[in-house]
Amino acid sequence: MADNGDDDSQHRVNEGDYVVLKRGDIYKAVQIQKKKKTVFEKQWFFLDNAVGELYGTTFEVVTDGKLQPRKPKHIESSADAKEAGTDNRNIQDDGKSQKLTRDDIETLKEQGLNGQEIVQQLIENSTTFRDKTEFAQEKYIKKKKKKYENSVMVLRPSCRILAMMYHGREPGKICHLRYDTLAQMLTLGNIHAGSKVLVFETCAGLVLGAVIERMGGYGSVVQMYPGGGPVRAGVESFGFPSHFHDTLHEFPICHVNALLAGTLDTEAKDIDTNAGQANGDKSNLTQTDPEKAEGKGGSPDTEDQSMETSTSTDPAEDKEREEREKRREIRAQEKIVKTEEKRKKLSAAAGVLKGRNADGLVIASRFHPCPVLLGLIKFLAPSRPFVVYSQYKEPLIECYSKLREQGGAVSLRLTDSWIRHYQVLPNRTHPMLLMSGGGGYILSGTTVATDTTKAKTCSTTAEEPAAKRLKLTETTEG
Amino acid sequence: MSFVEYSEFIQEGDVAIIFLGHDSMMPVKVQQGSQTQTRYGVIRHSKDLIGQRFGTKVTCGKGGWVYVLHPTPELWTLNLPHRTQILYTTDIANITMMLELKPASVVCESGTGSGSLSHAILRTIAPTGHLHTVEFHQQRAEKAEEEFREHRVGHLVTVRNQDVCKEGFGVTGVADAVFLDIPSPWEAVQHAKNAMKRQGGRLCSFSPCIEQVQKTCAALADEGFEEISTLEVLLKVHDVRTITLPLPDFGPDRPLETPTDTPVPSNTSVLCKTTTPPREMAGHTGYLTFATKPRV
Repeated sequence: MADNGDDDSQHRVNEGDYVVLKRGDIYKAVQIQKKKKTVFEKQWFFLDNAVGELYGTTFEVVTDGKLQPRKPKHIESSADAKEAGTDNRNIQDDGKSQKLTRDDIETLKEQGLNGQEIVQQLIENSTTFRDKTEFAQEKYIKKKKKKYENSVMVLRPSCRILAMMYHGREPGKICHLRYDTLAQMLTLGNIHAGSKVLVFETCAGLVLGAVIERMGGYGSVVQMYPGGGPVRAGVESFGFPSHFHDTLHEFPICHVNALLAGTLDTEAKDIDTNAGQANGDKSNLTQTDPEKAEGKGGSPDTEDQSMETSTSTDPAEDKEREEREKRREIRAQEKIVKTEEKRKKLSAAAGVLKGRNADGLVIASRFHPCPVLLGLIKFLAPSRPFVVYSQYKEPLIECYSKLREQGGAVSLRLTDSWIRHYQVLPNRTHPMLLMSGGGGYILSGTTVATDTTKAKTCSTTAEEPAAKRLKLTETTEG
Repeated sequence: MSFVEYSEFIQEGDVAIIFLGHDSMMPVKVQQGSQTQTRYGVIRHSKDLIGQRFGTKVTCGKGGWVYVLHPTPELWTLNLPHRTQILYTTDIANITMMLELKPASVVCESGTGSGSLSHAILRTIAPTGHLHTVEFHQQRAEKAEEEFREHRVGHLVTVRNQDVCKEGFGVTGVADAVFLDIPSPWEAVQHAKNAMKRQGGRLCSFSPCIEQVQKTCAALADEGFEEISTLEVLLKVHDVRTITLPLPDFGPDRPLETPTDTPVPSNTSVLCKTTTPPREMAGHTGYLTFATKPRV
């Protein structure tokens, strides 16, 4: 029904696209740039030939680092009745069964044999291969393929792929948030198109990107950020269409208290949009730090200049000074424009937050979650979900207790997700030998209207149920 | 109110979730003149619900109170009337992410069952996606259709009463994702492949038994699916508790000193804020098998 040529173009790789390279379980996010060398899994190649191909295509890396699309899966000729043994009782593991040396294999590689062919050579030169059981032969082939294959799959980025990539490659950057935990957060937070979601994260932008993906360009996302500026490297990797960025706001947390108190004046010209810069040092408001450094060190400031005018009369130097002044003026103008832009953004974000009617709150950072949650939950409307991730359990225990004390939230749950992968093969099905040790913890809940009178002793706010507490003290005495 | 869009105030015809306290909730169809009985007393819809903000506290007849919450697919999963065994949020969350569902996604699902996953899918693919859901039991198919209408998501879903293994999903070449929760998913793999877009898509099959998983994986491999992966997820809940641990008395520290009149005060127990696991937990729901249909 929807299978004409036009549709195809949406599914094809374009130059400038953000994609993810895949080999086995290894992923890497890159941007397609012609004539640029990309390194992936100890191989160098150019992505030029990927342009125009469909996403999901597997390529072979051939000589000169070029990519060549692989023909659709040739079914392995495992149907042939190959010679195989029954068990390993007579197979000696003496390291001498493979006749090819490492140098031999290097030679084969240099001769241009592809992965498939090298594996075939290894099989033919293995004295024990035909004695192995069929299962052992399959396992051997799989292992060698993994080592010698040089194929790369080009994938369209998605939350699933990027979450697995970050967790596998750089878990420290995402506070060790495992992909299934992220999945829980997105669902428990009821992230959907058309809502207004607040995000506070220090996960390289992965969590923010995941939220944006689920919003589909509808609604709005406000990124609350600590420090100088929002970190969003991960968001780029998702390759969102540009109009998605129209829904994204940012707000520095250093102004949260002022906003809540109603004292934040976003019209003030000298409002600083960075944390930690107290008043009016306007040069810090621009993002261009090297420019700032140059501005201080490179071009002379007024004192130096006056010194120069008094000592020099060289026309060449005059011209230089003129040009320097011009440049300084341009920079100053740019700074003013940038500052105004930033002020406008701040004002817009404040406008979105002021109503205190956000639909969802997602927190995933290295900061202590308790103050973050207690501060930001004030921006949520009643009957809306919030989700807090922490690599560790104890900070969330504190969050739970403080929230119970102050009220305003129900259905508080402290959970963590357990995941296990399986190998599924005929007569060889079992869980994988290694599994993840932990993926972090989540505190989730739903806001409710807060009373002006704090009713702490209400019978329906079941805390730690009294019955259970009694039981515990009983057992400790026993 | 709708399950795919928040609203602020409760209106006639809405579905609201009454929160009674600590994991105790019930769904309610808001109607002028209606009443709902709770253990804290009666709730009069016209007076207590209609026009109120979602999230407010409502005082019931006997003086106790409850909260009225805006429905979400997660709350619905915990409160819906079971016609079949349902999928819970933990599995749903992983399915949603692994199938790469997002606004505009077109999804095929079978069986509809009690609609637990269906509601979650609809929430994720709104406002521009579509769900084609197939249920071979006539009454369940009708009930699901009715619920989708009441929950104001009817425009996003098509329910078909047929057998997916024999007749497929009723559409071809349109799906970004296919979900199977049926007794013999291997019989539906070819139909799933046909329903998916030519350029590829994601598939998920949920099965309680490992034998089903084995047959399904074999069928997927035969049909050329890639990235076949089987996993299971479980949720562990941590109950926050303050516990009291008594301290042992090993006797006085310096026994040779002359005892004073006032005994040295010592703590007899310590308070500890920690978590304890519940006595039992869900140990198995089903195996989730994911695969990618490659572009042809």
